[in-house]
Amino acid sequence: MSFLRAEAMTGGYGAADILHDCEISVEQGEIAVIVGPNGAGKSTAMKAVFGMLPLRAGTVTLDGNDITNLSPQERVAMGMGFVPQTSNVFTTMSVQENLEMGAYLRRDDFMPTMEQVFDLFPILREKRKQPAGELSGGQRQQVAVGRALMTEPKLLMLDEPTAGVSPIVMDELFDRIIEVARTGIAILMVEQNARQALNIADKGYVLVQGANAWTDTGEALLANPEVRRTFLGG
Amino acid sequence: MIDILNAIVLFSNFVLIPGMAYGAQLALGALGVTLIYAVLRFSNFAHGDLMAFGTAATILFTWWLQSMGVNLGVLPTALLALPVGIAAAVAMSLVMDKAVYSFYRAKRSASVVFVISSVGVMFVLNGLTRLLIGPDDQRFADGERFVIRARDFKDMTGLDEGLALRTTQVITVVVAILVVIALFRFLNHSRMGKAMRAYSDNEDLALLSGIDPKKVVFWTWVIAAGLATVAGVLYGLDKSFKPFTYFQLLLPIFAAAIVGGIGNPVGAIAGGFVIAFSEVTVTYAYKKFLGYIVPGWEPDGLMQLLSTDYKFAVSFVILVVVLLVRPTGLFRGKVV
Repeated sequence: MSFLRAEAMTGGYGAADILHDCEISVEQGEIAVIVGPNGAGKSTAMKAVFGMLPLRAGTVTLDGNDITNLSPQERVAMGMGFVPQTSNVFTTMSVQENLEMGAYLRRDDFMPTMEQVFDLFPILREKRKQPAGELSGGQRQQVAVGRALMTEPKLLMLDEPTAGVSPIVMDELFDRIIEVARTGIAILMVEQNARQALNIADKGYVLVQGANAWTDTGEALLANPEVRRTFLGG
Repeated sequence: MIDILNAIVLFSNFVLIPGMAYGAQLALGALGVTLIYAVLRFSNFAHGDLMAFGTAATILFTWWLQSMGVNLGVLPTALLALPVGIAAAVAMSLVMDKAVYSFYRAKRSASVVFVISSVGVMFVLNGLTRLLIGPDDQRFADGERFVIRARDFKDMTGLDEGLALRTTQVITVVVAILVVIALFRFLNHSRMGKAMRAYSDNEDLALLSGIDPKKVVFWTWVIAAGLATVAGVLYGLDKSFKPFTYFQLLLPIFAAAIVGGIGNPVGAIAGGFVIAFSEVTVTYAYKKFLGYIVPGWEPDGLMQLLSTDYKFAVSFVILVVVLLVRPTGLFRGKVV
């Protein structure tokens, strides 16, 4: 039984379904990446896992608990952390306040966690007093990931964390994400930069039109000639 | 030299001191408007009448205290009754939120729907206040009227011009400073204050962080109603209480919030003083003042730019100009 297991997810925002019998699972300490062409329903699949999409069929279990009917907020309390693709920081608040808001539900002392986040992203320690809105794109993504880590999640979900950042910053962010995974957190990530993302992935899901097209290790998917031809561009 | 001093005293007496007091009252009112705008995302047109309602409740309780022989000595008894007035205004706000706004919040209605429903709430409060205390002018300031009397000042300094400093003016400024310090400490250092700022900044992310929107809404109304009542009571002590005047205060208060940058508390305070001093300086008759500054050259007219009847035009013009030229206001608030 996988740590996160989403099975047979079918649903959409309106009358038409976007996801068709979609399946995703992640183990602790593992990085799972959802890739696919534009409009394949990658972000939608992740939103479904997080409870932001009404499902007509399918179940989501986390650590053996059925969470299919829980709201996103309740899932956060269950140990899921979510980093949205856009507007993922409080722009008018300082970096430190952003992290504090991430820990809002925690009643214990969260300073050690904040120190861990600062160790992971040293630039944030330097800029802790600065409003998050004044940071660069890559630094903002770090704040966003740091905010999600403040709840000490067991599963971290990232919706295109490298959208709009330079290749150098992207490599840097991926390195950090690997570090996070090494601490035993399960990571589920949607990525536009498929090749680089599959490089660091333990498991890759290729979605096409809302359904699983290929599922394999990242390495195997990169080597799969059909995957390469159809959407990695040769 | 003595003429210059006389001019300064004259100016302080009729412009500087009244402007400071009026500015502080507008700032407190604008803070409430700006807070509602920042957190609940609509312009609350009922704010002026909420001020009137809270003040009316305070006045009634003040009268009861006075009839029981309770007073605060040199200070106005109303200060003692203020917490009761605040409680009444808070309760009324929460009832209105439950009865009106929560419905539209659940439907995620557009901001303009909230604005129009706040106009409805405004009329209801308007009527309730008149039922409660009547439409007439009420004076409820008691205690020592002056800190410095004009005649004493003249005797003390030997100047021709007197400087009067009324107790209510001092109380207004002192209370406003204390309230603003408390508010900023709350917003910047308390857990709920930060949650309110986070909710105002990015509602979805605040929900993802586990911030409870119900609590945020509750505390926003508590603070806004508290600020409204304090502003209303200070204005009433300084001038007098009349429901219609409080309704009219809505214009300078909104002008203040928008000039400063709506949604920005620092802006609301700055805006309050900008509007107050604009009103007072534009409607002041400078004839005597100029007589001291340029002796021997006495202008024929009053040297008054606008009659005091037009003081609302000042707020209105500033409001329009700001919206045209710099819609985000002085301190970069949200665009209305």
